Amino acid sequence: MIHSLFLVNASGDIFLEKHWKSVVSRSVCDYFFEAQERATEPENVPPVIPTPHHYLISVLRHRIYFVAVIQSEVPPLFVIEFLHRVVDTFQDYFGVCTEAAIKDNVVVVYELLEEMLDNGFPLATESNILKELIKPPTILRTMVNTITGSTNVGEQLPTGQLSVVPWRRTGVKYTNNEAYFDVVEEIDAIIDKSGSTITAEIQGVIDACVKLTGMPDLTLSFMNPRLLDDVSFHPCVRFKRWEAERILSFIPPDGNFRLLSYHVSSQNLVAIPVYVKHNITFREGSSQGRFDLTLGPKQTMGKAVESVLVSSQLPRGVLNANLNPSQGTYTFDPVTKMLSWDVGKINPQKLPSLKGTMSLQAGASKPDENPTINIQLKIQQMAISGLKVNRLDMYGEKYKPFKGIKYMTKAGKFQVRT
Amino acid sequence: MTTMQRLLQLPVNAVNIVKTVQSQVQGQEEDKSPVLTPDNAQHSWYSALQPDELRHLRSGGSGGGGGGGDHEERAPLEDGSGGGSFQSQPLRHDDLKEMLDSNKDSLKLEAMKRIVAMIARGKNASDLFPAVVKNVACKNIEVKKLVYVYLVRYAEEQQDLALLSISTFQRGLKDPNQLIRASALRVLSSIRVTIIVPIMMLAIKEAASDMSPYVRKTAAHAIPKLYSLDPEQKDQLIEVIEKLLADKTTLVAGSVVMAFEEVCPERIDLIHKNYRKLCNLLIDVEEWGQVVIINMLTRYARTQFLNPNMNESLLEEGSGGDKTFYGSDEDEDDDEEEKDKKEEAHAMAKRKPYVMDPDHRLLLRNTKPLLQSRNAAVVMAVAQLYFHLAPKAEVGVIAKALVRLLRSHSEVQYVVLQNVATMTIKRRGMFEPYLKSFYIRSTDPTQIKVLKLEVLTNLANETNISTILREFQTYIKSMDKDFVAATIQAIGRCATNIGEVRDTCLNGLVQLLSNRDELVVAESVVVIKKLLQMQPEKHSDIIKHMAKLTDNIQVPMARASILWLIGEYCEHVPKIAPDVLRKMAKSFTNEEDIVKLQIINLAAKLYLTNSKQTKLLTQYVLNLAKYDQNYDIRDRARFIRQLIVPTEKSGALSKYAKKLFLALKPAPVLESPFKDRDHFQLGSLSHLLNAKAGGYQELPDWPEAAPDPSVRNVEVPEWTKCSSREKRKEKKVEKPFYSDSEGESGPTESADSESDSASGSESGSGSEESGSGSESEESEEGSESEEEEEEEDEDEKDKKKKKKQELKKPVQESESEQSSEEERKHQRKMKQCKSDTESESEEEDSESESSHSESEDSESEVEVKKKKKAAESKPPSKPVKKESKKEKKEMSLLDLDDFEPTPSPQVTPVNTFLSNSLVTDLEGLSLSDAVLSPATIAPSSALKSYELLHRITGEGLSVEYCFSRQPFSPDANMVAVQMQFTNNATSETKNLHMEDVKLQSGMRVKEFPEIELLPAGETATAVMGIDFCDSTQAANFQLCTHTRKFFVSIQPPVGELMRPVFLTENEFKKEQGQLMGMNEITEKLTLDVKCRNEHAIVQRVTTAANLSRVPCGSDKECRFAGRTVNSSSLVLVTVATKEEGAAQLTVNCEKMVIGTMLVKDILLALTQ
Repeated sequence: MIHSLFLVNASGDIFLEKHWKSVVSRSVCDYFFEAQERATEPENVPPVIPTPHHYLISVLRHRIYFVAVIQSEVPPLFVIEFLHRVVDTFQDYFGVCTEAAIKDNVVVVYELLEEMLDNGFPLATESNILKELIKPPTILRTMVNTITGSTNVGEQLPTGQLSVVPWRRTGVKYTNNEAYFDVVEEIDAIIDKSGSTITAEIQGVIDACVKLTGMPDLTLSFMNPRLLDDVSFHPCVRFKRWEAERILSFIPPDGNFRLLSYHVSSQNLVAIPVYVKHNITFREGSSQGRFDLTLGPKQTMGKAVESVLVSSQLPRGVLNANLNPSQGTYTFDPVTKMLSWDVGKINPQKLPSLKGTMSLQAGASKPDENPTINIQLKIQQMAISGLKVNRLDMYGEKYKPFKGIKYMTKAGKFQVRT
Repeated sequence: MTTMQRLLQLPVNAVNIVKTVQSQVQGQEEDKSPVLTPDNAQHSWYSALQPDELRHLRSGGSGGGGGGGDHEERAPLEDGSGGGSFQSQPLRHDDLKEMLDSNKDSLKLEAMKRIVAMIARGKNASDLFPAVVKNVACKNIEVKKLVYVYLVRYAEEQQDLALLSISTFQRGLKDPNQLIRASALRVLSSIRVTIIVPIMMLAIKEAASDMSPYVRKTAAHAIPKLYSLDPEQKDQLIEVIEKLLADKTTLVAGSVVMAFEEVCPERIDLIHKNYRKLCNLLIDVEEWGQVVIINMLTRYARTQFLNPNMNESLLEEGSGGDKTFYGSDEDEDDDEEEKDKKEEAHAMAKRKPYVMDPDHRLLLRNTKPLLQSRNAAVVMAVAQLYFHLAPKAEVGVIAKALVRLLRSHSEVQYVVLQNVATMTIKRRGMFEPYLKSFYIRSTDPTQIKVLKLEVLTNLANETNISTILREFQTYIKSMDKDFVAATIQAIGRCATNIGEVRDTCLNGLVQLLSNRDELVVAESVVVIKKLLQMQPEKHSDIIKHMAKLTDNIQVPMARASILWLIGEYCEHVPKIAPDVLRKMAKSFTNEEDIVKLQIINLAAKLYLTNSKQTKLLTQYVLNLAKYDQNYDIRDRARFIRQLIVPTEKSGALSKYAKKLFLALKPAPVLESPFKDRDHFQLGSLSHLLNAKAGGYQELPDWPEAAPDPSVRNVEVPEWTKCSSREKRKEKKVEKPFYSDSEGESGPTESADSESDSASGSESGSGSEESGSGSESEESEEGSESEEEEEEEDEDEKDKKKKKKQELKKPVQESESEQSSEEERKHQRKMKQCKSDTESESEEEDSESESSHSESEDSESEVEVKKKKKAAESKPPSKPVKKESKKEKKEMSLLDLDDFEPTPSPQVTPVNTFLSNSLVTDLEGLSLSDAVLSPATIAPSSALKSYELLHRITGEGLSVEYCFSRQPFSPDANMVAVQMQFTNNATSETKNLHMEDVKLQSGMRVKEFPEIELLPAGETATAVMGIDFCDSTQAANFQLCTHTRKFFVSIQPPVGELMRPVFLTENEFKKEQGQLMGMNEITEKLTLDVKCRNEHAIVQRVTTAANLSRVPCGSDKECRFAGRTVNSSSLVLVTVATKEEGAAQLTVNCEKMVIGTMLVKDILLALTQ
């Protein structure tokens, strides 16, 4: 299984190494650097690289490569999934997963890695168990620790690992018992030049933040569970109950977790919340190009479209862009040719537009491709698929919890071809 | 001194000795050099700095912020700064040692933290070993843990000193707290010191029978550690594994299977007894364990069960795997047929009805819910299990889950797409509904784009090719040139695989030749070259166009390709070719080697075909080549000169020069790089790399005959599988018996089948499982006693009795439906009260039956009903029988109805008497298409008949067929084919029927009824229906008489794949407006002299295609409409006439392929 792990930063330095079996020399990473050089973009480094004696499986997150060294056959997804889990854990512990954060907390990182793998085989990956074993560093705790000389490592032994609900720690106590659920849906779409939808689908997740005392048993039911076409659950959800009754029944982990991710069946038509009118032209012979972009709300069910951000990779021939936004601000990076326009909120009365000219390299022929436009947006208090939570019930505990549900719609990979 | 230190007295002393020795040595050496180890250790002090200082240093570094980079930059600086810093280095280590020796835990902790930080950065801290190791028994948990980290890291290097820590762990192994026992075992087994192997072995054995499942789990983890340290312990370890495999807790299952896979994956026999338990535990095992178990079970199942696709695999290959068919030519087909025959014979030999082993079904059923896991690795593991093990019809379920994974991180996408690409080659239909999920976004990384392209190409078929090509068109404009190149290749592959779009693709690629990007042009040239090789005659203008490109295009590969094309097809471009050679001769010296070789090639070919014009040029080129720097080119020139220029010396070979050079070259086959990758287990590293990785276990082939299934039986007295299996067999024997005369077998039988449907039904067992799952989780405590089990068994018996009793009642009351519902509820309740193991075995039982009842679901229902009646009273059962008989007869009568009338009237079509104009006039009068049935509209200008079997090859029997254009009543999606059999022989022919129909996937045939007797000289007709799936693929079958078999095939002209529909002029215009763009094909033509009036045009068009005329106001235009038979896509044809026989033909059809072919056919009909 996983032999060793190297963390490599963007400039190609190994800043952390951990071995679970015998030590593998860090020179094995030279193969990785080679592949890194060959790849034009950082994300184009192949995730699996064979070397004469080992295999390198890597994951790129937050501009850090997590390179795992494998010696023999193992499902690559097994390693990739685990590495992502490691990153998620770091993020959970330190708030961010940057090189600086890892270096500052190198001891905690090491303790975590030690607990997560035994002889290269995953041991404890549930964040609830890990947090029982190793307390996440907080400012308060570090202060207390320095004064009293106590430690980060839990004094108690991890009972979670032994329990039948390994994802929940025992003896949880809160004064305010609350359970919050965020239904977040993302629209993935490709919109044609002419504005017609080539493909559109909705992917949603329900993230939960549950702070409840004891061992609550929750059930969550939907008004329209038929909408959910393909679902994947947190291990705490009882699958058979879902199969039979379309109800989510579970004993929640403590704290933040992703309860469910789902896909809305493709039969349902997807409402596209915005439309884009675009006119991007380059004329043959002239060193000028016209850029004209207008956004407007389409099917938003009366909700406001907020935090709109338009970005587009302009052709290489474009030297500069001289544009005039009717609202918001735009930036153009002449090196990467990335144009981004922070629109903010769309006002249906006065549609935001970005107009102006692009200057092209003199003498160069006109670029034969038009840029695609990527759009990010947010719509509060609405799940675009129409999914509604019916009710949330709690069994097993006496108190009455505070319950909250929030809906949000976002643009996922939303592209407009021009 | 604490007790602990007393226990560690020896180490402390030893440490002190070592320390003093070391410090002396260091004292001497380190003044000279701080390098304690070869590994960059001069900076090791640096890592021992306070974290704050570190940060300070880092921020001082370059923007990259890389630790290592800083080292490199700083190293010389520090060196230059003088000896001061050197002296501090040993001091630092001494600091650490001092801190470790101190009594304060906080100081120890601080020191350990710094040491761990050093290890993390890859700095050598091995010299601190003695100081660290004596803290192994420190009270402070964090210190202890960090010491463990250090110990595991360096023990291998300092084996002797590491031994000092062993006693601590040995003590830990006896601790009353299970967690301390576990962690002691964990560290002990992680210390890679060979001397302690016996201790480890002992510890593992002891832990394997520990009370606590957690300790047992740790023992399982320790097994591979020990194995890698000393492989000679294998036999003993296998014993431990065997013991742990029998463990019943979910906690252990994953870890022990992992150990099994690492130590003894070949000992598949160890799994037998645990197979069912593992299947049932699977859903509750932690996710990483699930992956390992599923992968192992896949292999296991491959050795123990029969191939569920045994019978279907024949069909699959019969249809040529779809892919090979398009590429292959006639002669290959013959081979295939032969192969098929053999395989059939082979299959015939063992054609037993396939019944899936209940254990096989159990595995499939229990893994299915895991497709919903959040862990991509689990989903992939289940997907590969289904791909390798499930019956073809069930594999489809994995597609959705895999497509879901495409939303995940790009690395996950990368792996999933690779696997999907392999799957799409074997099982294309599975992913077709998700075609759009593979569309490419401009933000995807290139490697993902290329893989998606691969999948899209694999998914392309006649029906979706137009959408895919349209999508490809947008990709070609992308800025990512690697991706564009890949797209062009993909288009090339689509064009070779799908003959109908070859021209469209070729035209598109030719347009790309005027692209500004040279790479794009070059890639297109190379692909066009491959495509042209398939049918060069038709495309001389493209070759001409490409000849012109030689002036501009610079990419060597492209230039070489063009030259090769011109040389190969110089006969098609006789004027241009010599000119190209002239130009090339001029620039010869400046060309790349690969181009030079092709110039020589071109010269040789031209010399052979057109020596008059090119003799001098050729000699010039050969002379230039003779003095080239590259020896390959010199050699080639010499070789060619000898071959083509006749001299006295030249041997016999030169006579054959023409044959050598201008031989017909086989067209290249463009294949997916993922072809045949599925011989590696999907989802594995080996599959991804397409090379065997170390430790990869081959996926075995299915066994010919199933090994004894009873090996999986677990000795639990009442619950053996055998009994249930026997029961089933009995029933099978009884079945025919009881459909013949009901009522006799009585209540016991019905009770049996009742229980089948009750316990076997999915919903019943499903809810039961959920119940037991949640309940057991709370009530179960790892190990359960044997007694309990026995008790439960008794319970079970009781319940069975009850069940039977209850079941008898409903039969008597003849309310089986309701009561079975109640019964189910009751059962559920009962089961919820039960505990884990018990419900497991219960499940097993129900499963074994359910697999049976599933397959015969409907049957059993019928049975139930029948029995119901039988139980009520005997007399009523008779009418039932009669009824059913009657029904049958009616059915057959209906069948006859369908078939009988067709032969007679169609031989002399009545409609011929009506002139076409009359028909069209009538159409105009009619109000809606419903009034006029399509049959009457169908123009009936003499139906063209085709020969199916010639008199001579048929040994007297001749068969002709024509497309009668009548709706085929048994199935509206079929095209009616009327066959006329004539017996020209002197003897009669008997039993004319068809056999062995070979079809492309999706096609279907309704065979004509057997003609029992055809006397000599007589003629008979029969009608058969073929669903061509809107393609012009031939339907192959054998025509059999009582003596002979003839291979025949029916290939429809595209015009017969449609049926006429009636549209009004407005409707026509509206529909036409919706089928613009890609769906419209316009062609200009000059009408044949005899075909310049409206009547003639109408007649010819309707002869060519089964369309009906649409009334039209203008007399310059004729319009026709129809729908394809299978998919009912609209086909609209417009012929607009102009002066002097000029005309324009427009076809609008959703199906581009059909449209294109129809245009060709109608053009031919109108111009000849």
